[in-house]
Amino acid sequence: MLVLDNIHSAYGKIEALKGISLEVNEGEIVTLIGANGAGKSTTLMTICGVNRVKQGTISFKGERIDSLPPHVIVRKGISQAPEGRRIFPRLTVIENLEMGAFVRTDAEAIGKDIEYVFGLFPILRERRQQLGGTLSGGEQQMLAIARALMARPKLLLLDEPSLGLAPIVVAKIFEAIKGLNRQGATIFLVEQNARMALKLAHRGYVLETGRITMNDTAAALLNSRRVQEAYLGA
Amino acid sequence: MQSLFNGLVQGAVYALIALGYTMVYGILRMINFAHGEVYMIGAYLSVVTLSLLTALGFAAVSVPLCLLVSLAVAMVFCAAHGFTVERAAYKPLRQSHLLVPLISAVGMSTFLQNYVMLAQGKAPRDFPHEFRELLVSRTFEPFGVRVNLLELVILGGTLLMLVLLHLFVTRTNMGKAMRATSQDMKMASLAGINVDRVISVTFVIGSALAAAAGVMVCMYEKNTCFDRGYLAGLKAFTAAVLGGIGNLPGAVVGGLLLGIVESLGIWLLSPDYKDVYAFIVLILVLLVRPTGLLGEQVADKS
Repeated sequence: MLVLDNIHSAYGKIEALKGISLEVNEGEIVTLIGANGAGKSTTLMTICGVNRVKQGTISFKGERIDSLPPHVIVRKGISQAPEGRRIFPRLTVIENLEMGAFVRTDAEAIGKDIEYVFGLFPILRERRQQLGGTLSGGEQQMLAIARALMARPKLLLLDEPSLGLAPIVVAKIFEAIKGLNRQGATIFLVEQNARMALKLAHRGYVLETGRITMNDTAAALLNSRRVQEAYLGA
Repeated sequence: MQSLFNGLVQGAVYALIALGYTMVYGILRMINFAHGEVYMIGAYLSVVTLSLLTALGFAAVSVPLCLLVSLAVAMVFCAAHGFTVERAAYKPLRQSHLLVPLISAVGMSTFLQNYVMLAQGKAPRDFPHEFRELLVSRTFEPFGVRVNLLELVILGGTLLMLVLLHLFVTRTNMGKAMRATSQDMKMASLAGINVDRVISVTFVIGSALAAAAGVMVCMYEKNTCFDRGYLAGLKAFTAAVLGGIGNLPGAVVGGLLLGIVESLGIWLLSPDYKDVYAFIVLILVLLVRPTGLLGEQVADKS
């Protein structure tokens, strides 16, 4: 579904991605794990068109997308819940969700999808008239994922959904991600919390300073000594 | 009471212009110094349109209709000016340091002034008398305040535009996208919002509001001139800062406050220092509240 081929991309003046290739197939959860500064977020921002590709190609459903602007890529069916959540602080929860559905014009179906994400994260229903900036970190993360879902993406990109959250909240969010995948969503998950990510995902890639160093099924990576030593603290 | 009312009228005009500054600042974090010129061009456009309509004999048909047509022409053409200024002078500099488009804006302001001066001459142009007379000649005296129809039109027109703008930013998808873009431009594009289009819409709306202000003030002050945009722009910018730049209600509050302070200053102190009062208030407010009266708390970028 999504194919990155030998992608080079810069973050500012530093070359953050030094030729990475990876693939996400329909119906999969694929995770990209790696340390801080390895280039995980840059990878997602490059897929979304916010960071320019210097070399290499990105294709989505057989079509080149590496030179399209971000808002067109969303229309192609890729949406992201970015690192740090980036909730619009002075829009209400409902308005944040509406902005997630900005590319759509089917008002009725949008209303239904809002109900759907409220079913997924009931706390958002209670908070729906509150400003995004007043939500707790966990609520903001739920809203970020819900907002990304509102575009009805074919591929959902999640950047560190566990960051800075209490374990019980993380468990809840990962449960929701699993549920989404069971209903057919394709998910590309970037995580520092390698253990949780690998338990959830089908396949995984390990990113080290801009290069993919390992690539296997999630179960195999979980059992690999190298991964255990470097990322699972074993 | 009389000077309070005069201040309100003047303030309404400042508020209309200030909205353009504050909307652009909210999204691009830059001050569009050419905005005052757009306001001045609006005044010229109405004068030119009315002369044209008179020459064609339409003035004999309906004077109020001609006024409305000239207002519409001014708003549409100024919107086009705003759009073009942004595309030509600011958009190519989107990736540069914030100071670069600012300098480009100063240049644009000078350019627009000179272009109007070359086209229309250095002398002030009068607003056609018969059209002005229609509104100014009708006066009322409620509660001992002398009011003419033009002043009521300015207040009513401003109020109408404020309500429309409020409905636009709170109810429509494009308006919400505008707010979203001003809060986090990168995230807005990740949500599928075409940020360039939002910016264009911002310039178009701000310029149309400035044009309306320009037309109304031109009637009020009897004439306009190529350099009128400068001081009006500066005052409106002050109003925007006073209310908290980037904040729409702030621009309105700042504009009204500025108008009233000026008017009271003229009445209580002296008309000689009319242009000074505004800036005194600005300095006092900024000393106490550096973000302006309704300014956003700096630490809400979560």
